[in-house]
Amino acid sequence: MGILEVKGVNKRFGGLQALGDVNLSVAENSVHAIIGPNGAGKSTLLNVLIGKLIPDTGSVMFDGLSVLGRHPHEICQMGISRVFQTPEIFGDLTVMENVMIPCFAKRDGAFSLHAIGGVDAETDMIDQAEEMLTEVKMIEKRNMLASSLSRGDKRRLEMAMCLVQQPRLLLLDEPTAGMARADTNNTIDLLKEINEKRKITMAIIEHDMHVVFSLAERITVLAQGMPLVEDTPANIKGHPKVREAYLGETA
Amino acid sequence: MTDQSSTPSKTEAVEVAPAVQKSSRTKMGLRKQDFNIFLIVIALVMLAPFILNPFPEGSGMAQFNAGYPDLMQRFVIFGIFAIGFNILFGLTGYLSFGHAAFLGVGSYAGVWMMKLLTMNVIPAIIVSTAIAGIFALFVGFISLRRSGIYFSILTLAFAQMSFSLAYSVLTPITGGETGLQLALDDVRLFGTAAVDGSIPATNLFGLAMRDSFELEIGGWLFTFNAGYYLSAFVMLAAFYLSVRIFRSPFGMMLRAVKSNQQRMNYTGLNAKPYTLAAFVISGMYAGLAGGLMVSMDPLAGAERMFWTASGEVVLMTILGGAGTMIGPVLGAGFIKYMENIVSKINETILHQWFYWLPDGLEDFVIALIYPFIGKGWHLTLGIMFMMVVIFLPGGLVEGGQRIAGLFKKRKASTSDDDTTPKSAPQAAE
Repeated sequence: MGILEVKGVNKRFGGLQALGDVNLSVAENSVHAIIGPNGAGKSTLLNVLIGKLIPDTGSVMFDGLSVLGRHPHEICQMGISRVFQTPEIFGDLTVMENVMIPCFAKRDGAFSLHAIGGVDAETDMIDQAEEMLTEVKMIEKRNMLASSLSRGDKRRLEMAMCLVQQPRLLLLDEPTAGMARADTNNTIDLLKEINEKRKITMAIIEHDMHVVFSLAERITVLAQGMPLVEDTPANIKGHPKVREAYLGETA
Repeated sequence: MTDQSSTPSKTEAVEVAPAVQKSSRTKMGLRKQDFNIFLIVIALVMLAPFILNPFPEGSGMAQFNAGYPDLMQRFVIFGIFAIGFNILFGLTGYLSFGHAAFLGVGSYAGVWMMKLLTMNVIPAIIVSTAIAGIFALFVGFISLRRSGIYFSILTLAFAQMSFSLAYSVLTPITGGETGLQLALDDVRLFGTAAVDGSIPATNLFGLAMRDSFELEIGGWLFTFNAGYYLSAFVMLAAFYLSVRIFRSPFGMMLRAVKSNQQRMNYTGLNAKPYTLAAFVISGMYAGLAGGLMVSMDPLAGAERMFWTASGEVVLMTILGGAGTMIGPVLGAGFIKYMENIVSKINETILHQWFYWLPDGLEDFVIALIYPFIGKGWHLTLGIMFMMVVIFLPGGLVEGGQRIAGLFKKRKASTSDDDTTPKSAPQAAE
């Protein structure tokens, strides 16, 4: 029984079968990659997982609780964090504030009227945020506006914002899209480290095969909304069906 | 850890004032920098009767004096209105175009308290704040279903509906066209209905709001008015509270609403109650302003809710600097000064000023200036507003910072106590 269980999920957009009978089980503490050619339904699946889309049939269970029909903030409070394809950060705020907001969200919940006590007095939260920034090597940029960071730094900041909440499942939507090779490798190392040190389960949607084969313990291949195969990276590489649907085009 | 750590200038990065710094608090739970701003505001407000009366009585410039009670009261009361508006607009970026409705509702509630209870202003002020808060909860709950321009239109619609209702259907409660006035036969449960055959004055435990103490020094006449100082104290409290809100986790969340609602949701935060809370708080500020207004002059009219009144507070906030702490106060003072002083300059006064010019030239200069004064003060205000929006997007506060920057001759682009003029105004100063 995995921490995330997707069972018999179907989603149609008009005449298009975006997802057809998708079953997926992500084991705790594992890194699970979901790959597939363009239009295979990866993004639709991700949107179902985070509650943005409600499937026509099927269930999505996280740790025994259904995520369907819940608001994004509720799903996040359950312990699922999401990293976006283009980093979503608070551009008008400083790096430090960006990390403090998730700290407050974790401690105080979805809403709290903390309107009188200053942020400065919350030393616990400040320590926690500083620790996190040190871990992702961004502490010296703490007073910079987040919008002025480089693309790679924005990605790291977003990751820090997710990690500081100690999520149980981290969903990553093409975390290295548009990155230079060096940045990609840095991100891979960062993710590996996170997985080993923090024991956070990760589900990654990714185009870059280099990233997928460096990180994933299990891979699910989607094609035309259907799960084609689910196996270990070694077996996926040589799988004839996968080659035909996906790798065959690029190899 | 709290100092400005030198950033490796790998990228052309913008470093702003640390909005989070540990253990740097000083008196009253404020940061040193904020406390200094607060002290400046206290000094300006307390010494206003002197500052606003720089010219001796009877001199040609005396008409530029603004230190009379009526106008000074308006400065601080509209300051409260703008400070509250800024909590919503400056922090969350939600532009309400109907905030005058809350001011109007507060005014009516205040007058009713004086009709029913007592001429003491305390119940009027408290009840008008509370009623405006309840009304804001209702309006906000519905309007905040949409954002951006649709939100603005919804709030505008609510305000115009309130205006129309007050003007016609609700005449028994609002007094309709004539406005809501006190009368000799009012109930006034905890006070006298009439003193010497006339309606008693609004007062604070016996101290009449219209009482003034006049001080004559040389040619100067300074007026210290009880009503003004009450309003001033309330305004200082309102300002202090807004500074606390700006620096609180709640204030940080409001800025997060403005910056990226998507990320906010996926951080486990529900943006809606935050925005609604900001809306209600700013509505209560407006109600407080309305309550003070009728405490100074117990008369409430529907025109207070007209859309131009809502537009005025938007102008004040943007002109002073939206999202800055002191900006709305400056904007409110600036606009009220223009409205009351520039509008009083007339042709005769212009002739007095330019009598020394040759006749033809005198007429020419006066013809040139004339459209901008008197009833044309809106034209002057409009031009100044355009200039500020185009050249000083951060408002008068940014103008002040630039001038200060010139004097300090600091290195360009690094800024320690002022925020970036480039992006939207930040919550510093």
